[in-house]
Amino acid sequence: MLDLFYTPFSEFEFMRRALVGVVAIALGGGPVGVFLMLRRMSLTGDAMAHAILPGAAVGYLLAGLSLPAMTVGGLFAGVIVAVAAGLVSRFTALKEDASLAAFYLLSLALGVTIVSLRGSNVDLLHVLFGTVLALDDNTLLLLASISTLTVLALAVLYRPLVLECVDPVFLRSVSRAGTPTHLIFLGLVVMNLVGGFHALGTLLAVGMMMLPAAASRFWTSDITTMMIVSVAIGILSGFSGLLLSFHAELPAGPAIILSAGAVYVMSLVVGREGGLLWLAWPGKHLEA
Amino acid sequence: MSAQTSAIRFDEVTLGYGRRPAVHHLDGTIPAGSLTAVVGPNGAGKSTLLKGIVGTLKPLEGHIGLNAPSSGIAYLPQAAEIDRSFPLSVYDLVAMGLWSRSGLFGGIARRDRTRVDEALSAVGLTGFERRPISTLSGGQMQRALFARLLLQDAPVILLDEPFTAIDAKTTADLLDLVRRWHDESRTVVAVLHDLDMVKRVFPHTLLIAREPVAWGRTPEVLSPENLLKARRMVEAHDPHADVCHRSVA
Repeated sequence: MLDLFYTPFSEFEFMRRALVGVVAIALGGGPVGVFLMLRRMSLTGDAMAHAILPGAAVGYLLAGLSLPAMTVGGLFAGVIVAVAAGLVSRFTALKEDASLAAFYLLSLALGVTIVSLRGSNVDLLHVLFGTVLALDDNTLLLLASISTLTVLALAVLYRPLVLECVDPVFLRSVSRAGTPTHLIFLGLVVMNLVGGFHALGTLLAVGMMMLPAAASRFWTSDITTMMIVSVAIGILSGFSGLLLSFHAELPAGPAIILSAGAVYVMSLVVGREGGLLWLAWPGKHLEA
Repeated sequence: MSAQTSAIRFDEVTLGYGRRPAVHHLDGTIPAGSLTAVVGPNGAGKSTLLKGIVGTLKPLEGHIGLNAPSSGIAYLPQAAEIDRSFPLSVYDLVAMGLWSRSGLFGGIARRDRTRVDEALSAVGLTGFERRPISTLSGGQMQRALFARLLLQDAPVILLDEPFTAIDAKTTADLLDLVRRWHDESRTVVAVLHDLDMVKRVFPHTLLIAREPVAWGRTPEVLSPENLLKARRMVEAHDPHADVCHRSVA
């Protein structure tokens, strides 16, 4: 029985690499996802995942399936879109979601077109859904660096990030850190999406951010715990998704996101903080 | 500190949105250590005035002079601007008042923790430390925000409608803190609607209706004639106003 969980990883190196990759993605993506959710930017994350595509596609066009070219292209495109959308929403009447929705449709269409210019359908699938079962040393190093940098940056920015969500007026009255913090945070989002892009592809990268974060909201009302829970859910989803894909011969990326989705649905139903079951049967009211 | 030193000085200040003035040609000083109420109808520019003092809104014309660094101002905006659904504890919300000491990254020392506990106890929220802010009532939230103000330990304190929709008991408790700040020679400016409270507690009043109507000792400012004048001024709002040519002295 234990073999079912253990053997795939002990026998196959590509499974071990995949596991290390998803753990790295979960470590960085979880906390970033929690902040995205609490800042009501969940759809922003989704849109930015797509904004990466044309940049990565240009890298692909120039250098083929090359890690550095696609990473740099993706970061470049993501940062441009993130900063542009962030500035637009701060200084004009257009809300961030509206400008991002426009960017996202444009980027997806542009990216798919660029990849098709040169590549086969296999390459297109690679870009859209990633190759979590074929992570080489350099990709793993990239993923590990991104999650390390993310955790460190969040630790440094924690206070202004929280304060900007809760009470932006207060933050402005005591500090000018608000706008730089916001921009650095958007940079972290892009970085994590580019990392996730290599493993899970542009369409699913955001899944390892938002699903664990959304699920964690149903288990705690404390932000620190929430980030830890979301990392744990991310790792668990990666682990069970890889096993699921191995035993049932499913594509790995979608299996991982489906596992995360299953945890989310379960949390939605039985989660202690506002899950559906607790809403339906809250128990008899207390004395005080 | 002598009552003659000014904490905040207004030189022909006009504040507004777009080109429309919300506070029009305000001139005068708020003395250090004074306790001033800002009174006027809705839309008279009271909140705008506070935003101008804090610096989140730049004057369209004129100059606001502060006798303290901007970190020396503690500002309580209208409560509606806080995201109450955020998963944050009461303790953490209140501890943010330590910002000027701890800054972006600094830790919170044990002495500071004692001060947070004292502030919570001063507003009657001992025992609420671990509670998420989403579970607080309106009055409890206002108590927490006053605790945060206490921790900010600022020489100038600005309060925007601090007692609106707050019950009598909480108002009385928080008003005691305002008196305490006054006794400690801090400069307090509060936007208020309850004229009886203003007469009872606040020695100075600025009556404003876009234009300053009257400014000085409360009993003289809140005369029936002045109050009537304040109401008329706002009612006379002109949608086709010309460019203001009043000279800046």
